[in-house]
Parts: sequence; structure tokens; C-alpha cells
Amino acid sequence: MFTTARDLFRYNREFRAGILLTGFIVAFAALSFVSPYPPQDTFVVPPDVPPSIAHWFGTTSRGQDVFWQLTFAIRNTMLFGFAVAILSRLISIGVGMWSGYKGGFVDRVLMSINDTFIVIPLFPLLVLFYFVMRDKMSWPLLALAMACLGWSYDARLIRSVAMSLKSREFTQQSVFSGMRTSEIVLQEHLPYVLPIVFYTTMNNMNWSIGLEVTLSVLGFTNIDTPTIGVMIYWANQHTAMVAGIWWWIFFPVLFVVILFIGLFLLAISMNEYIDPRSRLARMGGVRG
Amino acid sequence: MSAAAPTSAVATSAVPERVLTVRDLRAYYRTKYFGISREVRAVDGVSLHVDRNEIYGLAGESSCGKTTLIKTIVRAIRPPLDVVGGSVTFHFAGRDRDIHALSERELEGIRWRHLSYILQGSMNVLNPVRRVRQSFVDFAHRHIGKPMPEFLHQVESHLSRVRLEPATLDAYPHELSGGMRQRVTIALATVCRPDFIVADEPTTALDVVVQKDVLGMLREVQQEIRSSMILVTHDIGVHANVTDRLGIMYAGRLVEEGRTVDVIRDPRHPYTSHLVTSLPRIGDVTQKRGLDGAPPNLAAPPTGCRFHPRCPLAMAACRVEHPPMVDVAPGHRVACWVTAPPDKPVALQ
Amino acid sequence: MSAAGPSQRARPPGGERRAAPLGGDHTTAYAIYVGKRLLQFMLVVFIGINLAFVITHSTPIDPVEQTVATATAFGSTSPEAVEMMRQSLRELYGLGGSPWAQYAVFWKRIAVGDFGPSLSAFPTPVSVLINRALPWTIGLLTVSTLLAWILGNLLGGLAGYYRDSKILRIAGIVAMGVHPIPYYIVAFVFLIVFGYLWPVLPITGGSQMNVQWGWNATFILSVLRHSILPIISLVLVGIGGWFMGMRSLVSNIVTEDYVTYAELAGVNRRRILGAYVMRNALVPQVTGLAMSLGSIFNGAIITEQVFGYPGIGTLLISAVHTGDYSLVIGIASVSIIAVSFCVLVIDLLYPLLDPRVKAT
Repeated sequence: MFTTARDLFRYNREFRAGILLTGFIVAFAALSFVSPYPPQDTFVVPPDVPPSIAHWFGTTSRGQDVFWQLTFAIRNTMLFGFAVAILSRLISIGVGMWSGYKGGFVDRVLMSINDTFIVIPLFPLLVLFYFVMRDKMSWPLLALAMACLGWSYDARLIRSVAMSLKSREFTQQSVFSGMRTSEIVLQEHLPYVLPIVFYTTMNNMNWSIGLEVTLSVLGFTNIDTPTIGVMIYWANQHTAMVAGIWWWIFFPVLFVVILFIGLFLLAISMNEYIDPRSRLARMGGVRG
Repeated sequence: MSAAAPTSAVATSAVPERVLTVRDLRAYYRTKYFGISREVRAVDGVSLHVDRNEIYGLAGESSCGKTTLIKTIVRAIRPPLDVVGGSVTFHFAGRDRDIHALSERELEGIRWRHLSYILQGSMNVLNPVRRVRQSFVDFAHRHIGKPMPEFLHQVESHLSRVRLEPATLDAYPHELSGGMRQRVTIALATVCRPDFIVADEPTTALDVVVQKDVLGMLREVQQEIRSSMILVTHDIGVHANVTDRLGIMYAGRLVEEGRTVDVIRDPRHPYTSHLVTSLPRIGDVTQKRGLDGAPPNLAAPPTGCRFHPRCPLAMAACRVEHPPMVDVAPGHRVACWVTAPPDKPVALQ
Repeated sequence: MSAAGPSQRARPPGGERRAAPLGGDHTTAYAIYVGKRLLQFMLVVFIGINLAFVITHSTPIDPVEQTVATATAFGSTSPEAVEMMRQSLRELYGLGGSPWAQYAVFWKRIAVGDFGPSLSAFPTPVSVLINRALPWTIGLLTVSTLLAWILGNLLGGLAGYYRDSKILRIAGIVAMGVHPIPYYIVAFVFLIVFGYLWPVLPITGGSQMNVQWGWNATFILSVLRHSILPIISLVLVGIGGWFMGMRSLVSNIVTEDYVTYAELAGVNRRRILGAYVMRNALVPQVTGLAMSLGSIFNGAIITEQVFGYPGIGTLLISAVHTGDYSLVIGIASVSIIAVSFCVLVIDLLYPLLDPRVKAT
């Protein structure tokens, strides 16, 4: 396992870049544990100070240090995205594997439902959800709602992997030699399934973080917990751009963009395992 | 397919007119992945020639290099494949052309008009979203040049030679059976009456009865337009029925070559002998044995003669140096230290 | 495929059965296909609307009470008036009676297309508001989706075929760099850049305020100017996805037998790129388009909100802020139906692209 990760880092450009960018963000988020200011306190520092030695990223109109707020914001945003990704893995892997392995009627029914969730525009539904929940809306609830809505695209991908594995020779051999299904799935199939699970997890995180930012900026989440979206929400409430407090917006946007690109690179680093023919493109053409 | 009495189209002209000369051709696959560089020597020093109106067969097991060889001959090279040495020269329309030295335009000019290709008729051999007619227009119209209705009429009469109805032109490829698709590729490859045709496993995917029909049609058309052909297949029975000369490849090298009659009746190389005796013959009740070992790894081939790890006749010299091709009879050459030592060729028992 | 055997000798050589009938049976196959797609469409609408219903009725908060609370917040109202308000609101919202009755009312309203009057723009019916806003959204969506899809596929296809081109590689990196960033952030950045740093393009509204609506040049020009930023924003985010997909599709298709065969035949390279490679790569990309319509729609209405573009996105957000229950449900329902309908249309056109589908 360690050698795989090391080889990936050494030879896979996208993986290396993705790890570096995401690692930087994770390290930055970890700083939140040593923050001198509690995240939800306001007016602990002089407001509207531009970036300076004392406050590296400046301060907000609510009297908060942008640097330390950002550590909490990015931490919460990442945790949220991670939670949604994990929860929706349960559904997407379950549906994908079951549908792919069973085939037949079960497959058709599940895929019809699956395609329904792919087609339905989720944003209006989430807005509706907020509308009826209002103040009762909490982060776990939102995470659950998004997990229950955003599993369908990944389920399809996992299903196609499961279908191709089912018909492979080594699977049939394992079945004939008496291995139990759980053994087969865990021992023989996992190495094939892992890259695509990794890919879909990274993608899903991007998707859920993107939605969180969007919903928070509109004020549709719990605006007392600092997240990237919430920071931008408050900046908008205080018309930061017009007032010239650009650093309140610039740094959250910058950091979240770094996170998006990092996760995206990690996701596509798995491309060659999902699509073996692209491996030839990496390998080929050494002349001389 | 069982071996019937081999038929051969003997060249009637006194001096055979050479159409293709391959000289010491080397083509390797080079890859670099996860820090590991590899060089697979798929074609490692092959020399052969083909004359006019002659069908040259190329036989050998899978991954012996025969597909790479013909890809290199028609210059269908894509990285990581690379031509490392040697030459491929065609002689037609009164000129000698080194195919790897031609420009893109010259190449486009000879493709299909002088040099065509019969691919295995897989489901995907023709553009799946276009009707069959379109493939004929794309491939052949620019060479034949007549106005479209006349051209299509000519194509339809050509199709009848492989016993396909004109309605085939209206069909999509997935609507045709395997045999029909194969016959379409034969018709496609011969409609411009090229000088040279390369056929790559033209009947491998077909069942036996259809195979016999298709091979028969292939020979008929070839004889009518007097083109030369290289026919690649691992099935010796097909070679026995169709080809004039036969070359046996093993691990990227030619190990035996000669008139098909001679090679099959009197194989000199131990590998050839194994291939030939494995053919079922009516009335033959001897036990068949497989060869020991596995095909060699072309990235790290055995030293000396590449067949020596599996050869029942291997001697010490075989491990050291690769044997040269030696004439054991007129038009029949073999590369083997044991059966064809350069100074004294000997017949196999 | 015919099997070997003496009875086969009598057949004329080459007379084997075809894999599928040539011509003729296509219409029945297509009819079956249409039927299946219609069923899927109805399933999507059914599940979607049910979801909306479940969401609105699983809340601990009573929207009627909420509206009453907002209405009576400033000043005192007599209890009878409040009770009357409650009754009328219940009827308005379709929340009177048992859950099954409410369910029936819900569906009836959608079938008829009447969601009642809007609270924030009383007494204008919700459907009128939606009809006013919908054309703007449709226009924005259609133009930006087509632009992103066509450009993305074109560039991606070229990049997959001409692998050595530096320009294409750089274009690819740029497109892929923007692609993971969510629609809101890209729109927001554009807003800041063109709103505060370099104000050359309008950043709010669908057209200039004082220009009269109608088919005159000033109005049309104004509309176009106002749509530039939203369209660019949407196209930039979307193009990367199509680019990547097409590029990998094309790199795979290039290794297919029919492409190799055409190259062996010396067919003009550009013709191969067009008729053999791209044409085949388009087929899965059309499927991809149908599948992405939902998320593209999401992006469009989010982007609208950033630029104050008068489509249903802006309408939705303002409806939430004013607590306009009927309008929010109306927009959610219309969104679901509209997107599923577009997907249905694409699905029905699909067999025109891929002749292999009809035979199944």
C-alpha cells in the first residue's frame, strides 16, 4: 500500500500536484486548532484592517482576523464535504455494486431510479428544503440531505466496474473454487474498485463543497458556523467589495479554489486505472 | 481446417516480377512507464520478398510478430511502435518506393490504389454510424474518379463477385453477419485492383463453412486482378489451401520460408515441423504432443536462437548465436544450426 | 451463423442469415424505444414531484404559521382576522385537510399549471411570474449549453486527435483549471472583475432599465449585452468537462478498427477526424449532455442570481427571502418538469445519431 502511494506520487503528475495542493489546505486547516480567537466571536480585533504584519490576511468588518477565520472556515467546509462524500459512498457503492452484480430486473429497476436522480435538478430541491426548514437547518441535516440526493452519478460508474468484474474470468474461477461472495469482493475485486471509489469520492467532495459554498453565500445555511460560503455571505452583507475590504473575499475564494483544483487533480489522477487505454498515451512514444 | 492437396498458382512468366522487398527489418515497441523502460523486439531482422500474382503466407503463433511485421510493411506505425532499422521497398507502376521515405501525399496516392488491406471483419471494421456505401466512397472514389452513379454501379457489380447483393450498400455494418462483413472488406480491398494486398487473419472469426467460401472468393478475385498478397494467419490449413509460398515466424524472426508445398511436405525447422504435424489429417491416428514451455518474452528474448528453450534438438551452439538463413533447396531456406548448418544442410527425420 | 453440416450444402454459398433485418422493421423498434423513454420521463416527474411534496410536508415548521407570524409581526391583529388569514392561507397553500387530500391537491395543481397567487406579488398568479421569467432562463441555458458543448467537444476532439499540438494542450489546461470551480464562484469573480475593477459590461438585469421591450434593435442589443457575462461564466465552467470527455473518447476511438482501416486506405485525415472519429465520439457525448442537464440547470439559475438576470433563478432566491411558499414550490416543480422534458427530447433524438440503437 505504501509503495503504491509512493509510486503514484513519484510518477503520476496529477497525483503529485493534487496531494501537494490538498495537503497545503489540510495543513492550513489544521492551524485552526491553535487559533488564538474562537471562531464565532466577533469584534476581537480592530475591524477593516488591510493585510499587514499583525494580521496577515487583514481583518473583517465584524472585527475578526481573516487568517484565523479562514482556518476554521476551510476546516468546516472540508469536513462538510468529506461527511457528504462518505455518506453518499454508502448509497452509491451499495446501489452500484448490487445493481452491477445482480443484473437483470434488479439492475433495470435500480438504474431507472438512479437515472431519475441524475436528471432531477437538485438545487431547487435543496432551496426548497432550506425554505421549509429555516432555522431548524443544521449541518448534519444538510449533509444528510445532500448525500441522499447526490449518489446517482457515482453509482452508475461503480456499477459499470462491477459489471465488467462479474464477467471476468478470474471471478468465475473464484466462484467455482468455492470462495464466498464477500471474500471475492474484498480480496479479488477491491483493487479494481478502489481507484473508481477514490475518483468518485474526490468528485463528490468537489460537488458538495461547491453546493455548500453556493447555499451559504445565499444565506441558506447556518450562518453562525464559519465556512467559506458563510464568510463570503458576511462579506456581502457588509458590502465588502464596495467598501474596499477586498481581502475579506479574496482569501476565502483563493483558498477554496486551491482546494477545488487539488481535489480535482486527485480525482483525475485515477483516470488511467479507470480507462486503461489512456495508459498507452502515458507510456508511448519514447524515441531514440 | 484439414490439409487437402495443396494447390499452387505457379507463376507462368519466366522471370517473376518482384513487387515487395523487405530487407533486415527491425521494429520495436518502446515504452517508459513508472520509471521502467522497456523495448519489445517485435520484428527483429526479417528479410523476404513477394513476386507478382503470388500469395505469400505468413504463419506463426500469437505474438510472434507477424501482425507487427505487416503493420510495418504498410507503414501503419503509431507510437510506441518504431521502425529501428531495415527497409521496405515496393516495386509497382514502374518505380521503386521505400514506403517509409514517402511523403504524406505520395502515401495517400498509393494507398488503396496500389496497396490495400483486408482487415479481420470484426463488428467494428467499418464506420458504425455510416452505411456501407459510404466506406466505398471514402476509400475508393478518389482513385476511380468516375461520377458517383457510375462509380456506385461499378461497386455493385464488383460486390457480385463476392456474392453480395447491391442492397448491402444500404445497410449499416451492424446489420451484416460476420461473413458478409468479411466479404465487404474483400470487395473494398480489391475494387481498385491494387498491385499488393495485405490480408490480416481474413477468416479467423468465421466458422468453417463460411471460411471455405470466403477463402475461395479471395483466391478468385486475386487471380482475376493478378495482384500479389501477403496472407497472415496462424492456421496452417488455410496456408495449405491458398498460399504459394509460406514463411514461418517465431519470436520476431523468420525461421523457415519456401514454397508452401515444400514447407508443409518437408519442414526443416523443428518449430515448423511441430506446426505441420499438429494438423489433423483424415486417417491419422498418431498422438499429438504440445510444445513444452511458453512463447518467449520479447522484451528479454533468449540468447542465440530464440526457439532453443523449447526445441527438442537444441545443442550448445543454439544458445550462443542466432543461426543465419540457409538455402536447403532452391527457394527453400531455414535458420537452424542443427538441420541447416551453413556448410551442410540436412533433412529432418 | 450457419453451422457446418450436410444440410447446409444445398444452400447457395454466401447465403447465411443476416444479423438483423435490413430496413423495414425499424419503425416498430423505434416505437418501442419511444414508449420506454416516455415511461422513464413519467417516472422522473413522478419521483421528483413526490420528493418536493415529501420535503415540504416533512418539515416541523408550518408554512402557514410562519407566514402568519411574519404578517402579524408589526402590530396587533384581531384573533378573528388571524384565523381568517390562516384559513385562506391553508387553502392557498393547499395544506387543508388530510395528507392524502393535500397530495391530491398538489398533483392537481401541477397538472393544471396553477399554483395559486404569489404572496410577494399578490395577487399575481405564480404561473404568470414563472412564465415571465422562464424565457430568460431558457435563452441563457440554451445558448450557453450549446456553446460550451460544441466548443468543448470541438477542442477536445482536436486535442485528442492532434496530440502534439501545444496550443490545444494549453487550452485544455485552462479549461480543466476552471472546470472544478463551482458556478457561483466563477460568476462571483466575474461580477467583481467587471463590476468594480473594469466596468465595461453590465452586471445586473436582463436588459437596460429604460429600454422598451419589443423586437427593436436597441432592446435586442441591450439584451445581448446583458447576457454576455452570464453566458461567458456558464460556458467557462462547462467547457472543461466536455473537453476532457471528448479528448479521452477520441483517444480511444482512434485505436478502433474502423479508424485504423480508414487510415490504411489513405482517406483524407480531416475526413477521418470528422466522419469517423468525431461523429462516433458525439454519440456518448449526447448521452452525457442529457445526463448533465440537471447540473447545468443548477448552474444556470445560480449564475442568474449573481447577475440579477431576470430568470427563474433570481425569482427563486427572492421568493425564499420573502417567504413566498407557493412561488418556491411552483419554481421547483416547473424546474423538474422542464429539465426532464428536455432530457426526453434528447433521448428521442438519440437514435438519429446512432443507428445501432434502433435494432435493440
